[in-house]
Amino acid sequence: MTLAVEGLRVSIGGAPILSDVELGVAEGGVTALIGESGSGKSMTALAIMRLLPDTASSAGSIRLAGTDLAALSEAQMCRRRGAEIGMVFQEPMTALNPLRTIGDQVAEAVLQHAGASRSEARARAAEALARVGLPPDRHPPTRYPHELSGGQRQRVVVALATILSPKLLIADEPTTALDVLTQARILDLLRRLAAENGTGLLLVTHDLAVVSGIAERIVVMRDGAVVEDGPASRILRGRGHPYTRALLGASAPSPGRRAGDTRPPAAGEPSGGPALLEVAGIVREHRRPGGLLRRGRVRRILHGTSLTIRAGESVGLVGPSGCGKSTLARAVLGLDPIQGGAIRLAGHPMTPRAGPDLRRRIQAVFQDPYGSLNPRHRAGRAVAEPFHLVRPRPDAATRAAAVAEALDAVGLPGDATDRHPYAFSGGQRQRLAIARAVVIRPDLVVLDEAVSALDVRVRTRVLDLLADLRRRYGLATLFISHDLAVVRAVSDRVLVMEEGRIVEEGPTEDVFASPRHPLTRALLAAVPRLPDGTPSATGS
Amino acid sequence: MRRRRDPRHPSARPVRPGPPVADPPRGDPADPIPGRRAGDTRPPAAGEPSGGRGRDAPVTTLRPPRGRGALIPGAVLSGVFAAAALLSLVWTPYATDGIDVAARLRGPSPIHPLGTDHLGRDILSMIMTGARTSLAVALVAVGVGMGAGVPLGLAAAARAGSWLDDAIMRAGDLVFAFPSLVIAIMITAAFGPSAVNAILAIGLFNIPVFARVTRGAALPLFGRDFALAARVAGKGSARIAVEHVLPLLASVLIVQGTIQFSLGILAEAGLSYVGLGAQPPIPSWGRMLADAQTLVSLAPHVAVFPGLAIVLTVLGLNLLGDGLRDRLDPRLR
Repeated sequence: MTLAVEGLRVSIGGAPILSDVELGVAEGGVTALIGESGSGKSMTALAIMRLLPDTASSAGSIRLAGTDLAALSEAQMCRRRGAEIGMVFQEPMTALNPLRTIGDQVAEAVLQHAGASRSEARARAAEALARVGLPPDRHPPTRYPHELSGGQRQRVVVALATILSPKLLIADEPTTALDVLTQARILDLLRRLAAENGTGLLLVTHDLAVVSGIAERIVVMRDGAVVEDGPASRILRGRGHPYTRALLGASAPSPGRRAGDTRPPAAGEPSGGPALLEVAGIVREHRRPGGLLRRGRVRRILHGTSLTIRAGESVGLVGPSGCGKSTLARAVLGLDPIQGGAIRLAGHPMTPRAGPDLRRRIQAVFQDPYGSLNPRHRAGRAVAEPFHLVRPRPDAATRAAAVAEALDAVGLPGDATDRHPYAFSGGQRQRLAIARAVVIRPDLVVLDEAVSALDVRVRTRVLDLLADLRRRYGLATLFISHDLAVVRAVSDRVLVMEEGRIVEEGPTEDVFASPRHPLTRALLAAVPRLPDGTPSATGS
Repeated sequence: MRRRRDPRHPSARPVRPGPPVADPPRGDPADPIPGRRAGDTRPPAAGEPSGGRGRDAPVTTLRPPRGRGALIPGAVLSGVFAAAALLSLVWTPYATDGIDVAARLRGPSPIHPLGTDHLGRDILSMIMTGARTSLAVALVAVGVGMGAGVPLGLAAAARAGSWLDDAIMRAGDLVFAFPSLVIAIMITAAFGPSAVNAILAIGLFNIPVFARVTRGAALPLFGRDFALAARVAGKGSARIAVEHVLPLLASVLIVQGTIQFSLGILAEAGLSYVGLGAQPPIPSWGRMLADAQTLVSLAPHVAVFPGLAIVLTVLGLNLLGDGLRDRLDPRLR
């Protein structure tokens, strides 16, 4: 056993956070630590690194290759961090120093711990970067983090964490901030490095599908305690703890529960109905900041993108990060000017100058449930915000009634109006954002990665809610995501986007059954899948 | 001697020297930065042992958070200063224009607790009334700085990267490029020495300070999803600035205001010292020091007490600012 944790207990300010956590990582093996936010999985990782907050106290034994980490002094522990325990965090940008080149940062680790000479450290850094797929000839080590994509940055972090061949590598949600294609590559890289170096890998995540096929052992946590622990094959069969079964069900949103099944089956013409949103060949350019004398270079993000959404239709838009999905959303919402083409909403041109009567037909839900609500505004005020667009402005009683109805529709209690956002969980906040988007009964709601930041089980509930709201209000939705499984669950029709162009379009099931474009095929192949034979969503 | 602390850094944390000491999260419900996730337990500075090795008892906090240490004495000193200024409106032990040459340069005694000056005026009364002058000048100067600087900073942040942003910020640079006291002397020299001109001169220098702090703190807020959602709800930049951004800047501005307040008192004392601030017979700490200059060896108390008043008041306001910052500024949590 590379790592053996026994009876780990952590409390902060007297409140127990972890109780009797046990887990092990074999040499060269992969253990997955699964749990929703607040389950204590990140706390466990921090406790292993001895990086708990000052106010926390811990007990229990944490043995790394036979040494009890809990008995070490801080100075001794400091020498082991980085050298014997590597760590990969969720957000690669914050783990890297923006002011230093990637080569220097990786070399720094060698200088710090291995006592190598500077040129030797550089050579080893270049080697480590090559091993994670950043060969010096194509990605010179003299680059800065901001010159790399999210996936490339995460590769640098992985190189940094593994260059000293640590005994244990802890990866805390290493792919949650990345799109599916990049996620598949990073996971593959982590597994390969662990096997090559005999490094034990502890993979912390909320999504069971991500670890299936990688982890040999799975530990499921809930409320600071381990609820199930065993070989991956057994856990993924889903015959054990009911909580694990619920997580398994949520990881595999089955197409059967699609919003689409609310359509009248005999309608026959899914393309019927008037066009609500017409986007015709729009071009969006962004001028990079230039120097003092030269103008910045123009970068084209949308290259003549076109799409149509009919009233009541739900359309999914998928593509890897950086393909222009969010730019398209902002243009459609009339937030940014376009440099070519036209956007027509219900026949009227949608521009940043569009008036309230047009704007009230389209609303939006954004990705980050923690950033989309002003922390100083009570929920009632936040949800009522779009009434700014309604002319004449309805009186307070009408608004309050509409807010109460919207809150009820998203499944929040009526007294939620008086609470501040901090009093809500991530899923509840996203419900508030959805309530805000539907409160004035728009015709179209744009959901930009609206469930990407949520735990799998919360995600499933929010998707169900969206289907329910569509049925109730006859909403059309444009659902933007990098996650095909999610899009499949909510869309009648799918558009696939690559570098500012729509490359494939069609009814959801057709696209999923027979993808034509290579990108679509690649995206489909990258979707983390539970092995066959696992119970898919039970519909509960 | 009078150092201006330029908040040139784009991060708008009120600029004070000294290492930031992170307080433990206090669970203050008014956490104005929602970027923190529930599961986001930031690793603390790696140099700190996490305590509790094998022991189950909760570990007592390793170091007292600085905010609590500074807030109380700061509030007390500032409170005494404000109380003295307010009390002087209705009562002072002696009239400040009560010249009694026979009783001049008396040392502290039960009759004159802080002694008398070279014209026989009661120094305690002079200090109390001088506190009023300092308070009025600094308060109005901070008001001028906030009143003009905050809207300018918000406008610059709302139109970041535009010509307007450039114009506002470069104009601020221009003001910063000159030593503040020199410009204040120039203004008062041009328009005549008076308390009003001193206020204007000090207030002018507060404008770019507040504009910078506001812009820096507002910039990320304008990019947040809730600002985007407000735009989707048809709200313009001005409305978003007032409804969404300004309330989240309150703590930063309160703290910066406290710091500028203490700097304003110093500046007023400095201007009065060189004869460009409040004019006789209005008592002013700076002029009391100037009057006492030649008498220091003869009657030290004449210089010591106004000097102490300045030192203690500025110290108190700085401590208050520090304490408020540690308590209010979420970036330090």
